[in-house]
Amino acid sequence: MHETDMTKALILTVRDWWESQPEKRAIAKVHLTVGKFTCVEPASLQFAFEVQTRNTFLQAATLEIEEIPLVAFCHRCQQEYLPDIGIRYACPTCQSPMEDIRSGRELKIGRIEYGVE
Amino acid sequence: MHQTFDAALEINLLHANQEGADHNRAHFDEWGITCLNIMSSPGAGKTVLIERTLAALRDRLRIAVIEGDMTTELDADRLRQYGVPVFAINTGRSCHLDSRMVAGGIHRFSEEQDPTQFDLVIVENVGNLVCPAEFEVGEHAKVALLSVTEGEDKPLKYPVMFQEADCLLVTKMDLAPYLKIDLERIEANVRQMNPHCTILPISAQTGEGLEAWFDWVGTQRPGRSPAPATEAHSSVSAS
Ligand SMILES: Nc1nc2c(ncn2[C@@H]2O[C@H](COP(=O)(O)OP(=O)(O)O)[C@@H](O)[C@H]2O)c(=O)[nH]1
Ligand SMILES: [Mg+2]
Ligand SMILES: [Zn+2]
Ligand SMILES: [Zn+2]
Ligand SMILES: [Zn+2]
Repeated sequence: MHETDMTKALILTVRDWWESQPEKRAIAKVHLTVGKFTCVEPASLQFAFEVQTRNTFLQAATLEIEEIPLVAFCHRCQQEYLPDIGIRYACPTCQSPMEDIRSGRELKIGRIEYGVE
Repeated sequence: MHQTFDAALEINLLHANQEGADHNRAHFDEWGITCLNIMSSPGAGKTVLIERTLAALRDRLRIAVIEGDMTTELDADRLRQYGVPVFAINTGRSCHLDSRMVAGGIHRFSEEQDPTQFDLVIVENVGNLVCPAEFEVGEHAKVALLSVTEGEDKPLKYPVMFQEADCLLVTKMDLAPYLKIDLERIEANVRQMNPHCTILPISAQTGEGLEAWFDWVGTQRPGRSPAPATEAHSSVSAS
């Protein structure tokens, strides 16, 4: 299950940030953006996050995932289009290959919410 | 009283892995080594391809292998028969190699050998078409294998791998006549998302296409990146 490893990477990255902070505050929520053109399945990620953060500095944290559609730009037609993942990626108008991905590759930690007593 | 605060991280989820990959690549660049990351689903022919490559190129190039696709220690032993150093990575239950695991192999390599005497490091990734494409390990080029037995639609179903590949080897071409596989359709499917990829049909069995593959390997070069920082070094080798 590669979401397990993705979650590991996520926790590592958040931990790096957390350890660089002068005060260690409890993290309440981690906002994640996940593009549709990645190998990450949000539901599996959600589950892995719950399991792997037990008894860690992230145990009180929830994961909020925003999915981003795959959007490509065709330079010949000078227009954006939505490739049909699993079926076709070329421009539906002129068949040019999908070369310029405008969104959909994101795997990004956006914001972190943390509390102060 | 309970207050909440926000911190805008805007950081890639794979940030830590990316830093490790840059560290590894800086080592390769410093040593003048080209690193190839070989990826495919299980059984597409990675190990056999590496065997053929070692047999053909070991007199021309000094090669080391980082082996992350072991079913048993036998795989690594098979490759050691070609007289090259093979560093087996214990991936545990991970479904891909990450840059930290590969750093372990690279550091062992540089302790046991003089890496400046080497030209090429071949990394055999875990057999999986999904996430190895997302986890850079410090390679200069990604090589994907797709065997003719897997069908023409695989590139559409696992697009990230095929979009990231610099070279696609369509393997087991000797079986193509039995399977009525349409090579042109495979190519067209890959071209939909990766028009610049080098596509080479090969057979490790008959030797078809292997010369073209060896030529392609010969055209790959390391880049020039600054020497790895000491600080980054200790953080990667610590675990
Ligand atoms: N017919 C045929 N079989 C092959 C070829 N290349 C590999 N194989 C077979 O495919 C199986 C898996 O090969 P292996 O290299 O272990 O695949 P890996 O899992 O990607 O490393 C083995 O039984 C090989 O003998 C080929 O070019 N033609
Ligand atoms: Mg293998
Ligand atoms: Zn994985
Ligand atoms: Zn178009
Ligand atoms: Zn190092």
